[in-house]
Amino acid sequence: MSETSLVAPKPQTPFQRVVSDFCEDKLAVFGLVLVALALFVAIFAPWISPQNPFDIGSLDLLDAKAPPGSVSGDGKLTYWLGTDGQARDMMSAIFYGMRTSLFVGFVSVVAALGIGVVVGLVAAYAGGRTDALLMRIVDIMLSFPAILVALILLSVLGKGIDKVLIALILVQWAYFARAARSAALVERNKEYVEAAACLALPPSRIVFRHMLPNCLPSLIVIATITLARAIALEATLSFLGVGVPVTEPSLGMLISNGFEFLMSGSYWISFFPGIALAIAIVGINLAGDHLRDVLNPRNLR
Amino acid sequence: MLVYIIRRLMQAALVMVVMSALVFAGIFMIGDPVAMMISPDASDIERDAVRASLGLDKPLWLQYLAFVNAAVHGDFGKSFLAGQPAMQLIFERMPATLELVFFSTVIALALGLPMGVYAGLRPKSVGAKTIMTGSILGFSLPNFWVGLMLIMVFAVLLPDLIPGFPRLPASGRGATVNVLGVRLSLFTADGLLHLLLPALTLALYKGALIVRLARATAREVLPMDYVKFARAKGLSENRIVGVHVLKNIMIPIATVNGLEFGQSVAFAVITETVFAWPGMGKLLLDSILLLDRPVVVAYLMIIVVFFVVLNLLVDLLYSVLDPRVRLESRAT
Amino acid sequence: MSTPTLSVTNLRTHFFTKEGVAKAVDGVDFDVAPGEILGLVGESGSGKTVTGFSILGLIDPPGRIVEGSSIRLNGEELTKAKPDRLRAIRGAEIAMIFQDPMMTLNPVLRVDTQMIETVQAHLKVSRAEALARSRAALVQVGIASPDERLRAYPHQFSGGMRQRVAIAIALLHKPKLIVADEPTTALDVTIQGQILFEAQRLCRDSGTSMIWVTHDLAVVAGLADRIAVMYAGRIVEIGRTADVIERPMHPYTKGLIGSVPSQNTRGHKLAQIPGMTPSLLKLPAGCSFKSRCPIAVEQCNTMPELVEHRPGHWARCWRAIAA
Repeated sequence: MSETSLVAPKPQTPFQRVVSDFCEDKLAVFGLVLVALALFVAIFAPWISPQNPFDIGSLDLLDAKAPPGSVSGDGKLTYWLGTDGQARDMMSAIFYGMRTSLFVGFVSVVAALGIGVVVGLVAAYAGGRTDALLMRIVDIMLSFPAILVALILLSVLGKGIDKVLIALILVQWAYFARAARSAALVERNKEYVEAAACLALPPSRIVFRHMLPNCLPSLIVIATITLARAIALEATLSFLGVGVPVTEPSLGMLISNGFEFLMSGSYWISFFPGIALAIAIVGINLAGDHLRDVLNPRNLR
Repeated sequence: MLVYIIRRLMQAALVMVVMSALVFAGIFMIGDPVAMMISPDASDIERDAVRASLGLDKPLWLQYLAFVNAAVHGDFGKSFLAGQPAMQLIFERMPATLELVFFSTVIALALGLPMGVYAGLRPKSVGAKTIMTGSILGFSLPNFWVGLMLIMVFAVLLPDLIPGFPRLPASGRGATVNVLGVRLSLFTADGLLHLLLPALTLALYKGALIVRLARATAREVLPMDYVKFARAKGLSENRIVGVHVLKNIMIPIATVNGLEFGQSVAFAVITETVFAWPGMGKLLLDSILLLDRPVVVAYLMIIVVFFVVLNLLVDLLYSVLDPRVRLESRAT
Repeated sequence: MSTPTLSVTNLRTHFFTKEGVAKAVDGVDFDVAPGEILGLVGESGSGKTVTGFSILGLIDPPGRIVEGSSIRLNGEELTKAKPDRLRAIRGAEIAMIFQDPMMTLNPVLRVDTQMIETVQAHLKVSRAEALARSRAALVQVGIASPDERLRAYPHQFSGGMRQRVAIAIALLHKPKLIVADEPTTALDVTIQGQILFEAQRLCRDSGTSMIWVTHDLAVVAGLADRIAVMYAGRIVEIGRTADVIERPMHPYTKGLIGSVPSQNTRGHKLAQIPGMTPSLLKLPAGCSFKSRCPIAVEQCNTMPELVEHRPGHWARCWRAIAA
């Protein structure tokens, strides 16, 4: 119907197209801004924090539970977001907490992505029994709620950032494995993979150089969603008391610390870390939600 | 069909063995439950006596075999702390969790379904956009923090600021009543009040999910020829949306709700902790923190069985709702 | 001639899209007499289906029937009717049969539900009464063991069966007009023949008028009383079936007839119409067919009117008689 009305589009690289499509949605751009804000705070926490919340010596217990906007006892510092039960400046604690939360989130997702992709591609390429066995394991992993598995794992492993990372990776890799496998299975039956196989290229080269790049769009989308979930999950585990240690508080830990003061009206100790957490997670989800539409393979070709 | 069920159950049995062994070994390695149970200044002899009475002096694999042997006979050991059989402890707490999950599902459906259908019918309206953005918040915000904020607003701030605003309870079950030997909060006014905030917290995530699912399905169904044909038949808009569209939406909603029921039981661990709701989730967390191994293992076994049964039920429910599936299963 | 059942004058249905206004239907006039079958022929995008949907008031945004259009059913103006009145007319006085029988019945509702609701949408009758009427309608379209069929789901039916059910639903209220949108295109040739035969018989028996929308000239040639040929949103030729088929005046109609293979064309090169339908977003000035027309002249740069060149036989072409 519109053949004659087609205007030849400007030549664009796929990346440019993704960027320009992405910018069309204001909400998604807003999400990206939130993510950038969270990242900035996390990376530069040691330089932009008014106070080092881990330096116990600098804390003055008389300033404990100061409401937002109050000034420290020595008059040097304004606690814009108040202080917690140990007189820590909440803003500084949140900056450092964001650092821990994002670090755990990113590292666990990248590791889970790596493991998942390898498992998924191997399953797709090998097929047969290997495929069946690997996917059985993935099914079982996915049939249990991540929070429950992580909880049990941590009850076995104990506390610590490394333990939290292990737990998060273990509950997340299966998503990537399944996605990589299904994307690879679609690609596997295409002519170019057959052609590569006819050229007697080694399987590893076919899998990683030919099949992997075509699975990327769906993996990126899953990675953003998983990242948001990972950050929330870590916060939850820390809140429940089985996550990161007290010495390296994440945002979830900060919220948990404020819990006991909530009923007495000191809302800010839980409230502001929660807002920070929400900024990071909502930002990722807003951006990721639109990224899914933009990266949809149907739009790419 | 039967083969399918048997295979599912065998798979579940395997998972149970692996999981119980893992947890058994894991908890054995990281801590000494005895140290948590008796006073630090007890003598070594007393300590050994307690250890022997709990069977903890034997090698790990013997302990595990003893556990498996007992478990096969329905005995999952006694709680180190409460001294009661672990299973009994969990079953006592189960109704509290189930009524919480059930009530939150009702809330999520009652709010999420109409909002999702509306957003699907008028995708460009301001209301729809608000609902969709709200749904992103709904499943982005961490559950436990939402709970805390609800406590802050409804149990602290609003009652403090507005005189006469009812202070909603933020912990415990409130008054319960015995229904067929099960203690439930659902049927007392006080119990319902106690149920309100935790159930809302738990409903938020699920509600957001239902909104998105209902919208997506409505968008898919509305351009279908059979909807246009229904219009051409002269049906009222209410009938078209309420029957032709909704019946199609219910299929994915039912599936997801069934699967999400398990998620909710897991999420209940968080909600129960925030609201001190005495369900089996809180029991699990307490047991984990206090290394009460028999309870953790027993909980796991129950959860595995629970999930296997749940997945089966969802499959069956699906075939009831979608006539096309029914025919296929009959054919095989 | 008696008063027409349906009278369409200057019907214009436009789609207001981001890219511009697509004039899917742009000035269509025709009448349908009681008991008459009108074949509405054209290729995809010619506006024939939109014309059908316009008559039922089933145009979804961004499309809309433009001011100045008129659709009269027994004298009642439908373009100005209230939504409630339109709803009451749809399914009772005008019924529609869709192209793809696989898609017109809701897969998750039983056939009886879908028939009973149609009866009860227009008549205050009991469920039992509605069921009895549904059963009778199924018998009327030649469905064996109707009781069993009523309790079944659509996916348990063959394509031809489903189309019979759809026709039965259309007949439930003995409508004055049925708009059939390519109802046989998706069916096997033998089934197609049966459905055509049934349709013709039902119209003759009940005095129902019918608009049969199709891209297949061969189908309506043996069915319709009159044929209207549409091109790019306008009727280019309309007349009695025999006149249009045997003595076509518009070069587009000639092209359509020439493209149908027959015994005479065997071994010869088949005629075809070069090029493709112009975009509805920017139709050229003048006759929209001129770019594909073998006999176009300078004059074609202005739009010709629909003129009655022979009694009851109209064409929109400057060279209708000359050719």
